[in-house]
Amino acid sequence: MNQALATGVVPRNPVIDLERVNVTFGGEKNKTVALAETSLRIEKGEFVALVGPSGCGKSTILKLVAGTLSPSEGNIFVTGREIGANEVRIGMAFQNPTLLPWLNIRDNVMMPLKIVPPYKHGYTKKKNGEYRERAEALLAKVGLSGFGEKFPWQLSGGMQQRASLCRALIHDPTLLLLDEPFGALDQFTREELWEIMQNLWIEKKPTVLLVTHDLKEAAYLASRICVMQARPGRIIEDSTVPFSRPRTIDVSFEPDFVSLTQRLRERIVAARAVKEQQP
Amino acid sequence: MKPDTRRRVLSACCILGSFVAWEAICLAFGVSEMVLPRPTQAIYTLVSQFPAIWPHAFQTIYTTLVGLGLGILIGVLLGMLIGSSRLAYDVAYPMLVGFSSIPKVAIVPILVLWFGAGTVPAILTAMVMCVFPIVVNVATGLASTEPELQDVMRTLKATKLEILWNIGLPRTMPYFFASLKVAATLAFVGTVIAETVASNRGIGNLMMIASSSFDVPLVFAGLFILASLGVTLYIVFSAIEARVTGWAVRSDDFASNG
Repeated sequence: MNQALATGVVPRNPVIDLERVNVTFGGEKNKTVALAETSLRIEKGEFVALVGPSGCGKSTILKLVAGTLSPSEGNIFVTGREIGANEVRIGMAFQNPTLLPWLNIRDNVMMPLKIVPPYKHGYTKKKNGEYRERAEALLAKVGLSGFGEKFPWQLSGGMQQRASLCRALIHDPTLLLLDEPFGALDQFTREELWEIMQNLWIEKKPTVLLVTHDLKEAAYLASRICVMQARPGRIIEDSTVPFSRPRTIDVSFEPDFVSLTQRLRERIVAARAVKEQQP
Repeated sequence: MKPDTRRRVLSACCILGSFVAWEAICLAFGVSEMVLPRPTQAIYTLVSQFPAIWPHAFQTIYTTLVGLGLGILIGVLLGMLIGSSRLAYDVAYPMLVGFSSIPKVAIVPILVLWFGAGTVPAILTAMVMCVFPIVVNVATGLASTEPELQDVMRTLKATKLEILWNIGLPRTMPYFFASLKVAATLAFVGTVIAETVASNRGIGNLMMIASSSFDVPLVFAGLFILASLGVTLYIVFSAIEARVTGWAVRSDDFASNG
């Protein structure tokens, strides 16, 4: 909070507020601590990346915020209200495109409008007019104009992932959750999608929580990076990313950028090394 | 000739050929029509006695379709229940397996006892015959829905019903149609069993009477009718299946129509 005051930003209600959250799996005997005493605040319009090795609980945080997992201890507030009791609109994209194979791309993208209020009221009336145009416009932004009638299996993995991003954004979510959405793509497609993602974020300014294990991706996209450690999962570093936007891929070769990713990398490696020494 | 057309012509020739062979063998060995009538004799009987046969055929079609309709309704509802609830699965599955192991001939007398001879027991037998495959397939389809697809809906805060409607049911359609093809033929079997045992109408009854008067060609005419009805229903369901679940086989026809 002090930091926020110092930088001249007026403190607001955080969109996400995790207060000393614990998540444990299993019974008494073989208890696994997935997340230990984790606190995390994310202000409106922030783009936060969670990075760390696999098993560090970054996806657990995402599931907590999405409401598909309940904490063992601690509180989670989304837009100031207890999780589950709020109407916050969440958009989510996963590592796999998870498009519904029986719907064409446009209908897939329009799916949230069918489910989420207030859009769901009047879906049958607007699905061939307003909503359809909305979907087409969004698809055009990610370079998929003319593909609305296609079915998922007729598209490449990168194109499916773009469609999946559109589905996550179609209902103007206040909170966008990205669970390694670019992880399964090749380098070039990935960088292309980073740029698209950044443009979409600059345009709509949703609050984003991105889970990734790619430090370059985190530094390119995020305004803040939280580094996590495994067993027990916790946040060990929280740093802001100073580069101005819009960032280009060229930025990622500049010394500042490289030294940032280098520093984060060392931090993760060091944390892992300490773990190894413990029994 | 296109490979597709070629394939069709070839298969049609083979099917026709098997009937020609049957005809030829009967002629060559002088098989009596009391034992095994030739296909032409069966078809001749079919045509010449058509006015007497068609009310029976109509009765069988009517009974089967009503029974199948009821079977689909109950099967889908039961399958949805079993597929989405662990308790329902544990309770209903053993009962279903047990029930479907009972020979259906054995329950016809009970149905006659309850509802009297005629159409109702036939409809119910047809229904009972075709419920099991539908239930099993719908339940399997629902239970095997990818959790990732459900997660998509859950983050949107979709209700259970919305998830079922938008994910579960469409996902289950290929399973449902696979079972429907089995169920349609089983429904005919059910109808004819009931008609044979306790009815004075329908193809089953017709064949019963024909065989008791040693009119074997008429029995075979009845068999031909049943077989062609079964094939027709199968074709109808296949056509619907191709339109509805083409996505499951990634057919390009489906993509261009849909």
